[in-house]
Amino acid sequence: MKIIVPVKRVVDYNVKVRVRSDNSGVDIANVKMSMNPFDEIAIEEAVRLKEKGVATEIIAVSCGVTLCQETLRTAMAIGADRAILVESNEDLQPLAVAKLLKALVDKEQPGLIILGKQAIDDDCNQTGQMLAALADLPQVAFASKVEITDGKASVTREVDGGLETLLVTLPAVITADLRLNEPRYATLPNIMKAKKKPLEIVKPEDLGVDVSPRLKTIKVSEPPKRSAGIMVPDVATLVAKLKNEAKVI
Amino acid sequence: MTVLVIAEHDNVSLKSATLNVVMAATQTSKFTDGLVHVLIMGHKAESVVLAAAQITGVAKVIYVDGTQFAHGLAENVAAQVLTIAGQYSHVMFPSTASGKNVAPRLAAKLDVAQISDVTKIESSDTFERPIYAGNAIATVQSTDAIKVLTVRTTGFDAAIATGGAATVDSVAAVAGSRNTTFVGSEIARNDRPELTAAKVIVSGGRALGSNEKFMEIMTPLADKLAAAMGASRAAVDAGYAPNDWQVGQTGKIVAPQLYIAVGISGAIQHLAGMKDSKVIVAINMDADAPIFSVADYGLVADLFVAVPELVSAL
Ligand SMILES: Cc1cc2nc3c(=O)[nH]c(=O)nc-3n(C[C@H](O)[C@H](O)[C@H](O)COP(=O)(O)OP(=O)(O)OC[C@H]3O[C@@H](n4cnc5c(N)ncnc54)[C@H](O)[C@@H]3O)c2cc1C
Ligand SMILES: Cc1cc2nc3c(=O)[nH]c(=O)nc-3n(C[C@H](O)[C@H](O)[C@H](O)COP(=O)(O)OP(=O)(O)OC[C@H]3O[C@@H](n4cnc5c(N)ncnc54)[C@H](O)[C@@H]3O)c2cc1C
Repeated sequence: MKIIVPVKRVVDYNVKVRVRSDNSGVDIANVKMSMNPFDEIAIEEAVRLKEKGVATEIIAVSCGVTLCQETLRTAMAIGADRAILVESNEDLQPLAVAKLLKALVDKEQPGLIILGKQAIDDDCNQTGQMLAALADLPQVAFASKVEITDGKASVTREVDGGLETLLVTLPAVITADLRLNEPRYATLPNIMKAKKKPLEIVKPEDLGVDVSPRLKTIKVSEPPKRSAGIMVPDVATLVAKLKNEAKVI
Repeated sequence: MTVLVIAEHDNVSLKSATLNVVMAATQTSKFTDGLVHVLIMGHKAESVVLAAAQITGVAKVIYVDGTQFAHGLAENVAAQVLTIAGQYSHVMFPSTASGKNVAPRLAAKLDVAQISDVTKIESSDTFERPIYAGNAIATVQSTDAIKVLTVRTTGFDAAIATGGAATVDSVAAVAGSRNTTFVGSEIARNDRPELTAAKVIVSGGRALGSNEKFMEIMTPLADKLAAAMGASRAAVDAGYAPNDWQVGQTGKIVAPQLYIAVGISGAIQHLAGMKDSKVIVAINMDADAPIFSVADYGLVADLFVAVPELVSAL
């Protein structure tokens, strides 16, 4: 069974982004970029399934600019066998990414597609569910445990109020939540090996997909700032302030 | 055209998030024909239908009954909405685990974009939504004929739950998917207010040190304030608190009247989930902890001393 893992190159989670003064977007020139943390979890899960003998091949896919190759190399250093870059300078929105992934799913016929539940830049939380819809596959979003037996996946997912377990027939789409696993670090020998693994580059046109954006960003602005509060010396003062000043208790 | 709201419920009661979405829908309908409909897909969910029909601002409630909707499976729910979506200009879901699960699936089937976590309606096609953990606010315009939105409940007041008199229509159910089966769930029984609807939240971090300590220290405080309980990701990952208590960019987004952060450092991802709270209190031993930069009232203290003291002072 093949597994496809889409990985996105995003601003590193430690970076606090700044809004450009002309409100055209956030300034991401010269900031540290990394693999979306949820996608590291997705790759790790695929690698574990391969180590258990459930999966035979792991294909990492990224859609975006040339530099996404770095992200794909990282995925291969963690354990993906090969990679595909769908190269485009367009503002790729979730529907477009899902269509590109659908084309690759048609071509590669994976048994499982594991995505991150959300990318931490746009926080859309859409791509996996959209891919499942386009490919007409079962979906399990926000997975915290995955078990594969007899062509089916038993997946526990995080829902409001607790956990639920679904049984889906493969092929299926799964999106990884934070507690699915703890991704390993790529070791130096594996980083070196990853440089030699195959990385194919295709264009959206090759896949016959129209990636034009459906959403226009009119402006990006700063959120309202919270004015700094005060420090209180002790619990008694805190209680008095909450009662008399803030009037919330 | 009309705005359609997809109700969130557990077949027994209507979840309060639905009320916030109805408010967003009512605001949107000022730019359309002024009507808001609510779609309820469930199994033996008549009590939910009754509740929805009473919400101020709702013109019609559409009810679909079937076992295939008992657990809100995305495949079945999206397929059902698809049968009527063409009659609407907007389809709105709450930005909850179930809304986020279904809305993109519906949008892709309609070949339209989905707009996540809307916090403000500017016009019928233009919306505000936070990006980068709330560190920037994007105003986006949709060029699609049908707008599929998830609505961040903290961005909108709740519609009034009573006073309405909607008509109720029942429609036929689509067949359920054979490829997805519900196996079971572990939903914690909890008498506390829902995290995303609570007026007061007390939230604990890694500093609590263990599940026993977390409960021993935080529960009395929550009891005193009739508060919901939250946690940082570090506390959840370590098993001190259940997963659905996680507040933050990748957990729940909350905006109570009062948020008390106990032993939480204030990482960007945590702040993203609570910085719109009206009043924030932080209790932390480290005077330089970033949580103090958003706190209205900061107390530098050992939580194991300060919290019990606070409980007895309340
Ligand atoms: C200047 C600019 C402005 C933009 N404005 C907007 C906007 O206003 N609204 C908007 O919705 N989008 C906007 N985008 C598009 C945005 O960059 C994302 O590509 C797109 O929204 C995907 O959303 P997400 O990453 O949050 O998806 P999610 O659905 O959160 O991603 C989930 C998962 O899908 C997979 N995935 C997502 N994208 C890729 C990818 N490119 N390659 C491989 N796997 C992927 C990953 O596994 C990821 O974990 C803008 C882009 C630019 C450059
Ligand atoms: C992709 C991604 C998504 C994430 N999503 C979220 C999210 O949704 N929500 C979230 O919360 N985090 C999230 N995080 C994690 C986040 O970056 C932080 O690691 C986390 O919030 C830290 O939790 P904490 O404040 O409890 O722990 P710490 O940062 O370890 O802070 C503990 C604090 O307790 C204080 N302390 C210690 N002992 C005492 C004492 N006796 N009395 C008083 N104070 C004491 C310390 O001074 C310290 O400030 C995410 C991270 C990533 C990478």
